[in-house]
Amino acid sequence: MKDGAVLEMRGICKYFPGVRALEKVDFTLREGEIHALMGENGAGKSTLIKVLTGVYPKDGGTVVLSDKQINIKSPQDAQNNGIATVYQEITLCPNLTVAENMYIGRTKGPLTDWGKMNRSAGKLLDDLGIPVSPKEQLGNCSIAVQQMVAIARAVDMDCKVLILDEPTSSLDEQEVQKLFKLMRDLKAKGVGIIFVTHFLEQVYEVCDRITVLRDGTLVGEYVIQDLPRVKLVSKMLGKDFDDMAEIKSSDEEEKIDYNGTPVYQANNLTGTTGIKPFDFEIHKGEVNGFTGLLGSGRSESVRAIFGADRVTGGTIKMDGKTVKIRKPLDAMKNGISYLPEDRKLDGIVGDLSVRDNIILALQVMKGFFKPFSKAQAEKFADDYIKLLNIKTASQDTPIKSLSGGNQQKVILARWLLADPVYLILDEPTRGIDVGTKVEIQKLVLKLAAEGKSITFISSEIDEMIRTCSRLVVMRDGKVVGELKGADLNQNKIMATIAGGESK
Amino acid sequence: MSVNSTVLEKKLKKKASLTDTNLLLIITVVVFLVMYILAVVFLKKGFTKPQMFFNILNENASLLVLSCGMTLVMITGGIDISVGQVTSLVCMSCAVYLQKVNDAGLTGNQYVIKSMLLAVAIGLAFGIVQGFLVAYMEFQPFIVTLAGLFFAKGMTTIVSSDRIPVTFDPFVKLCRTEVTIPFLGSVNKKGIFIPAYVEVGVIAALAIVVILFCVLKWTKLGRNFYAVGGNNQSANMLGINVKLTKFLAHVLCGLMAGIGGYLFFLHACSGSPLHAQGAEMNAIASSIIGGTLLSGGVGNIVGTLFGVLSLSTIKNIVTSLGLEDAWWTNITVGVMLCIFLLVQSVILARKNNKK
Amino acid sequence: MTSDTMKSNNPSFAIKLKNFLGKLVKNQLFIPIVALLLLVLINLIADPTFFKIVLEPSSTGHLILSGNLITIIDNASELAILAIGMTLVTSASGGQDISVGATIAIAGSVILRVIKVQPTDISNGRFAAMLILAFVLCVVVSAIFGAFNGALVAYFNIQPMVATLILFTAGRSIAAWINNNDNISIKDTRFAYYGNFIPGIAIPTPVFITAICLIVIALVLKFTNLRLYSQAVGINASSSRLNGINPKMIKLLTFIILGVCVAVCGFIKVSRTSSITYSVIANNIEMDAILAVALGGNALSGGKFNITSSVIGAYVIQFLTTTLYKFKVSSSAISAYKAVVVILLIIISAPIVRRWFEDMKNKREAARVAKIATAANTESGKENV
Repeated sequence: MKDGAVLEMRGICKYFPGVRALEKVDFTLREGEIHALMGENGAGKSTLIKVLTGVYPKDGGTVVLSDKQINIKSPQDAQNNGIATVYQEITLCPNLTVAENMYIGRTKGPLTDWGKMNRSAGKLLDDLGIPVSPKEQLGNCSIAVQQMVAIARAVDMDCKVLILDEPTSSLDEQEVQKLFKLMRDLKAKGVGIIFVTHFLEQVYEVCDRITVLRDGTLVGEYVIQDLPRVKLVSKMLGKDFDDMAEIKSSDEEEKIDYNGTPVYQANNLTGTTGIKPFDFEIHKGEVNGFTGLLGSGRSESVRAIFGADRVTGGTIKMDGKTVKIRKPLDAMKNGISYLPEDRKLDGIVGDLSVRDNIILALQVMKGFFKPFSKAQAEKFADDYIKLLNIKTASQDTPIKSLSGGNQQKVILARWLLADPVYLILDEPTRGIDVGTKVEIQKLVLKLAAEGKSITFISSEIDEMIRTCSRLVVMRDGKVVGELKGADLNQNKIMATIAGGESK
Repeated sequence: MSVNSTVLEKKLKKKASLTDTNLLLIITVVVFLVMYILAVVFLKKGFTKPQMFFNILNENASLLVLSCGMTLVMITGGIDISVGQVTSLVCMSCAVYLQKVNDAGLTGNQYVIKSMLLAVAIGLAFGIVQGFLVAYMEFQPFIVTLAGLFFAKGMTTIVSSDRIPVTFDPFVKLCRTEVTIPFLGSVNKKGIFIPAYVEVGVIAALAIVVILFCVLKWTKLGRNFYAVGGNNQSANMLGINVKLTKFLAHVLCGLMAGIGGYLFFLHACSGSPLHAQGAEMNAIASSIIGGTLLSGGVGNIVGTLFGVLSLSTIKNIVTSLGLEDAWWTNITVGVMLCIFLLVQSVILARKNNKK
Repeated sequence: MTSDTMKSNNPSFAIKLKNFLGKLVKNQLFIPIVALLLLVLINLIADPTFFKIVLEPSSTGHLILSGNLITIIDNASELAILAIGMTLVTSASGGQDISVGATIAIAGSVILRVIKVQPTDISNGRFAAMLILAFVLCVVVSAIFGAFNGALVAYFNIQPMVATLILFTAGRSIAAWINNNDNISIKDTRFAYYGNFIPGIAIPTPVFITAICLIVIALVLKFTNLRLYSQAVGINASSSRLNGINPKMIKLLTFIILGVCVAVCGFIKVSRTSSITYSVIANNIEMDAILAVALGGNALSGGKFNITSSVIGAYVIQFLTTTLYKFKVSSSAISAYKAVVVILLIIISAPIVRRWFEDMKNKREAARVAKIATAANTESGKENV
C-alpha cells in the first residue's frame, strides 16, 4: 500500500449488459485528504462509488481498507467498515423524523432511545446550523435541509472514509461553505474524503488531489497544484476542446425583429408554484434564457408558460391573438413544446420503446382516435434517430436502456417532431456527456436560425452566454432583470442574480 | 452572497409539525369516539351498557390480532391476503386434533397447550415461506399471499370438509372462561348487578396489541419496518437489512395469523371451512380505517385497535337501528371505508400541497 | 458497443437457432402457451380420449357439441372477458380491481330485476327489446360502479386494491338490495340462451360473446391510442401529463372499460342458471382474473401489457381447473393445487431468477473482456501513472 493510504481499490471492473461501466480502475485515498473524483457523466464515478459502498457487486478487482482486504456486500457492510456516504439523490426515508433518519441503521442494541436520539440529533443539527427540529418528519423539510440531514448523518458516523457524491447541487452558497468547513474539520481528524462534484471551483477550493475517470477507465491521479483547470477539463474530455467556444461564431441575432409581433407574449402570468406574476415575450428566431439560482423560479416560470402546473391568472397572446393555455395539451396545440428539467421523472417513459417515446407528443396532438400507422411511426422514428444521431440498438429498444445523452436526444426528437413554433428547453444539457452537450447547443442555434423561438435554461452560465441572445434573471420567484447584448457576460449576470446586496 | 438570508430565517422556525402517522391516528380516534358517544346518546339501547363495548372485543379479538399483523406488513409496504384462510386452517387443524385426543379418551391441559403450539406453528410456517418468497425471492406480496390463500383454503378442506364442534373438555372450559371486569357492569330488571366480562381471548389480544405497539415504537426492528415502507432503496442505503426486515414482517404477520386463528377457535369452539371467510379484507379495512397506508411507511397499532373498534361499532349501530337485513351492515362498512379513504386522501394531498 | 463487436460476423445455424429460441423465451406469450401445452400433454397421457368432442342431442333435443375441450372454452368465457378489462386497469393504474366478483353480482342482479317482471309468454320481439333494455341498463350501472372505483383511484390517489375494497365489501349486499334479497328464478327459457346454447347452434353462446368482446377490444386497440396512452400513464404518469395526456382520464377510462366487461360477465353468469345467489355468484373470480393477468406475463405494477397473453392465461386457469376435476380432485381442494401453480409461475417469471441469468451472462462477458484486455494491455496500459 502507498504511504498513509486508508483505502485502495485495484483493478475494479464492473459490467452492465452491453456496457463496460468500469474497466480496471485504480483509486487510492490517503488519510486526511480530500480527494476529488472527476469525470464527465458516464465516466463511471457513480458506479465506482456504488461498488465501493456495496450497492453494486463488483465484477473484478480488490478493495483494501486500512491494510485489510475487504469484500463489501451491502451498504450496511460498508457502514460497518467505516465508509459513510452521502449519495447524489437523497437516500433518506421521508416518513421518518429527522432524528431517526440520522440514527437509523447504525445504533447498537435492539431498542430505540427516543430521548437520547432527539437530544444528540438536536445538538448535531445546532452545531451544523441546520434549521430544523429533530422531531420534524423529514418529508416536511425542504430538499436542501434533507440534503444537510444526510450530510449530518454521514459526518456523525465514526468513519474512516467519507464519500460525498455531488452533495452540493441543492445547497446554496452559505450551506456549501458550512459543508466545506465541516470537510476541513474532518480532514484534520484524519478522515479520508472522496468528493464528487461537477463544480470545478469547489474542487479547487477544498480538494488536495484529483482522480480523473473517462469512459469507465482511469485517466490518472494528480496533486491539485499540478493540474490547472484547463488541463483538468481536457483530461476529463479526452482532448483539448475548443469546440465549445466556437459554437456561436457569427453573431447573427441582429436579424431578429424585436419590434414585430412576438411569437409568444404573456402578461401577469401566475401559477400555484410560488412565482410572482410576470410578463414575458419572445420573438421569432430568438433564443432567450431564464437564469437564477436553483429555486429562484426559473423552471417554475417556463412550466407556467407550458401550463405544466396549475396556472391561475394572466393573459397569453400568440402571434398577437389571445389564447388560453391551462394545461400542457393547450400549449402543445398552440405550438409550444417543453423539454422538462427532470428527464427521468418528467421526460422519458422508461419501458416504452424509443419509437413510442419519439412519436408520443405528436400522437397526443393528433388525437386519441387517430393512431399513426406502424409504418408512419417507424418512419418518424427513423428520421429523427438519423437526424439527431441517436445511438440505440433499434427503434424497439426501451428508452431506459439508453445512455443519458441519448435519452435526452429522444426527448428532443419528440418535441422537434411536434414541430413547435416555440420550444422551451429546461436544462437539456444536464447530466449528459460533453459531446452531446455541444451537439444540443449547436442544434438550438440551428433551429433559431430556421425561425423557431427557443427558451434555453442551463445551470452553466457560460453555456447560456454562448447560446442565448437575451437572459431573464430571476430571484425568489421574481423577474429581477433582463440582460442582452454587451451585458451578457459572466460578471454582469452574477451580479444581477445576486442582487443589490452583493457587488 | 447573502441572497438567501430571508429564506434561511424562514427555515429557522423549529416547531415540528405532526407526522403523517400521528395525524391519521388522531382522525381515527376522534371518529371512533364521536361515533360511540353519538350511539350512546341517541341510540341508548345496549350502548349505555359497558357489556356492549366488551362484546365488541369478545367478538373481534381474533380480528384485532389479524389486523395488527396486517398493519405490520402494510407498514413495510407489503400485504398479506392469506391471513383469513390461515385462520380457517388453524381452526380446522386444532379442532380435528383436539377431537382426535377426545375420541382417544385422553384428557388434560397439555393437549390444549399442544393445540396452541400447533396453531402458532401453522401461522409461522405460512409466515416464513411467504416471507422468504417476498423478501428474498422478490416476488410481489399480493401474488405470493394469494398463493398462500389458495393453499390454506385447499388444505382446510383436505383436513376436513365438515364443521367440527369441539367437545374436548379442558378446551371447552377455556372457551367458556369469562374474566369479569371489576366495577363495571349493569343492573338488570330485577336489580341485580351483573358485572361485565370478557373472554380470555380478549386478554391475549390486548396483550398482543401492547407488545406490538412497543415493538413498533421502541425497537429498532419496529423502526426499520417504517423505514423500509417509507423508501425501500433509501432504507438499504441507510444500512438497514431490507430483505431481513421484510421477511420478519411477514413472519410476524404469519405468527399473528396463527394466534388470531387460535383466538377465533377459542371464540367459535369449532372448526369449519367457512370460518373467518373474508377476514383478510376485514383486517385490511381495519388497518386502513386505523390510519395505515397501503403504500407503506405510515401506520400505528393503536390506530388499528381503533380501526377494529370503529368497524364493529358501526356494524352494531346498523343492527340496533333496526336495519336487520344482512346487507345493510356490509353497505355501511363500505360507505365508512369510502369516507375514511377520501378523508385520508384529501388530508394528505393538502398537506403535501402546502409544502 | 461491446456487444456489437462481440457478435460473430458469420452466424452459423446453431447461433441462429439460439437467437430464435432466445427471442421465443423472452416473448410474453411463451409462459402461458407453454403452460397450456403442458396441460394438454398431461391430459393426453393420462387420458387419450380427453379431447374427444362429440355432437350429441342435449336435454332440449338440439344437437350440441360436448366434450372436455368445449366445457373448458365455455366455462372460461367470463374469466377471459374479465382478463381484458383487468389487463387494462393493471396497465394504467399499476393495481388491480378486487371488486369484480361483487360487481358481477350487481350486474346480474340488475338484469334479473328487469327481466323478472316480464311474463313468460311475451313475443320474441318484445322479449328481445326487454333483454336489450336490461343489458343496456346493466352496462350503464356497471360502468358507473367502474367509474366510482376509477374516480377513487385517479382523482383521490387511492391505491386500486384499497379503493376497490369498498365495493368488494359492499358489492354483494348492494346486489341483494337491488332485488330485495329475493331468490329469483327466470322461467323463460329464452333467457338461458346466452349462458348456454341457442337452439340450432352447436357451440355454447358464451364462446361467441367472448369472441365478440375480443374482436371489439382488438378493434379499439387498433383504431385508438388506448394502448399507447395507458402504457405511458402506467409507466410514467408525470411524463404523460407533460405530453398532453390526461392520466386521470385514462385511468378512469380503463376502470369504465372493466365495468363494461363486468356487465357482460354478469349477463352470462345469470343466464347460465337463470337465477342468482348473491353471496356465491362469481365468487373468487377476482383472484382468478388477477392470476390470469399475471400468468400472461404482464407486470402487476403496470405499464406494458399484452391482452392476448392474459386471455390465454384465463384459458390456462380454466383448463387447469377442469383437468383437476378429471383427476378427481374435490372442488374445494382445487385451490391448494392452484397455489402450487401460482408459486411455479412466479418463480419462472421472477425478476430475481432473470437477474441470476443476467449476472451469469455478465460474468462470462467480464471474463471475455478481461482476456481481450490483457492481450491488448501491453501498449495501452502505460498512460496510467
